Amino acid sequence: MNALRLIWAGWKFHLKSLTLSGFFILTSVLQPVIFATIAFLMFRAGAGDTTLLYVSLGSGMMGIWSSTLFGSGGAIQWQRWQGTLEYLIAVPPSFVMVLVPLTLATSTIGLYSLTATLLWGRLFFGVPFDVVHPLLFAVAIPATVIGLGLLGLVMAASFILWRSGANALSNLLEYPVWLATGLLVPLSLLPNWVEPVSWVLAPTWGVRAIRESALGGDPFFPVVMCVLLGGVYLVLGTILLNHFERLARQHATLSLT
Amino acid sequence: MSAVRVFFIGGYMAYRALFNWIHPGMYIPTMLAGPIFQVLFFAYVGRFVGLEDDAFFVVGNAIVISSMAGIFGMAMGIGGERWTQTLSAILATPANRFALILGRALPFIANGIFVSAFGFVCGWLLLDFNPPLSSLPVLALIIAVSATSCTALGLCVGATGLRARDVFFLANLVVFLLVLLTGANVPVDAMPEWMQTIARALPMTHGIEAGREAAAGASLSEVDHLIWTELGIAAIYGALGYSLFRLFEFEGRRRATLETM
Repeated sequence: MNALRLIWAGWKFHLKSLTLSGFFILTSVLQPVIFATIAFLMFRAGAGDTTLLYVSLGSGMMGIWSSTLFGSGGAIQWQRWQGTLEYLIAVPPSFVMVLVPLTLATSTIGLYSLTATLLWGRLFFGVPFDVVHPLLFAVAIPATVIGLGLLGLVMAASFILWRSGANALSNLLEYPVWLATGLLVPLSLLPNWVEPVSWVLAPTWGVRAIRESALGGDPFFPVVMCVLLGGVYLVLGTILLNHFERLARQHATLSLT
Repeated sequence: MSAVRVFFIGGYMAYRALFNWIHPGMYIPTMLAGPIFQVLFFAYVGRFVGLEDDAFFVVGNAIVISSMAGIFGMAMGIGGERWTQTLSAILATPANRFALILGRALPFIANGIFVSAFGFVCGWLLLDFNPPLSSLPVLALIIAVSATSCTALGLCVGATGLRARDVFFLANLVVFLLVLLTGANVPVDAMPEWMQTIARALPMTHGIEAGREAAAGASLSEVDHLIWTELGIAAIYGALGYSLFRLFEFEGRRRATLETM
């Protein structure tokens, strides 16, 4: 019960503080709208027959990935810069319980992107928002947010171990994951080896869950995969975080920026 | 002589001191690997929607990725003086401002050329992009001119950093808008009319158009009007950036807000 209260309070706090950040307004609202516009124009000018709602949802998902990647990937480094890392590690709850609400908040703030791209598509490109399974759509979104948020935990715990800083990896991984998880391009068009890689990435299942609930299909399996992968990420993230904490204490580098 | 020294030595030192991505651990993922995935991403989207061939996206994106150096670099190289609290010291010197600014731009132009060239090579290795050998000198010229005009726009962004609280917000926004509006991924004539008007006034739009024609085998004389237009745009943005720098310097002195964060 205490753990749930901690997660709830932390999630609300981080969500509010992220909302005040200009950078997150950029990654979760302006960037997705700009990329959605590129995608709308490309799909409209192209020869394919893909529905623009497919594009809206994919572009929104791109924004959720970006906000999770930059928010969670740099989470520990950011706490270091703020001078709050020592306090977060010294408090009685385990560090993972303190960090999970933050990474969940970074994926939750990505919902701005989904909303922004759907609204942008509706207002400027006349994209209808007709959801085939509204109830499953309502389940698919939180499942996706949880899956990505917990993937964020793995990124937070692993990127910090990169000597040149977490930002380098965040800058690197935006486009590859957009591509390898089929957010705009079907995986069948990519080299065969990409598909197994995509299976271990939550955005693959998240976008399938959201698309299949909106456009028709069976979103149940992708939703389950999001939750299952979330569990795996939680275990992996905890192990990595313990490793980071041990190294930081051993080498006295906790507060070093 | 002093201006030449400020131009070369000052520019080099500012680059070493203020370009945060200079370390290979940061430079390779941010300036080389990440942008290559941009090229691949849009090429695959292009294949999926059946819009244009790979060459269209390789040329468009390989040129537009020089904005990583031109825009972000100049934001750090000029706006960064404010963050590091060294702006007053720089502006207290009698150094020639023109040499000071241009010297800072030069390393980022070179950087932009390198990033673009890397994009072209990776596009050639990984995608269906095979420009004729005879087009390479023209492509090299186009890359250089486009990187210069992009850095001139970056000068405007960097100069704004003397006044704005968060120059990186603006830098990010400009980079995203360049990906949208320069025709790197969407043919300019497929855009709404108002977007086309903006696109034609931006750096790299004409460079990308010239690059596509050159990659398809056009000679220098067939694309030189586009290159001259790109150079003209570079000169306009360069002049605007320099004027903004002088304006914000003057205003910062007058209001004593040079290093107010």
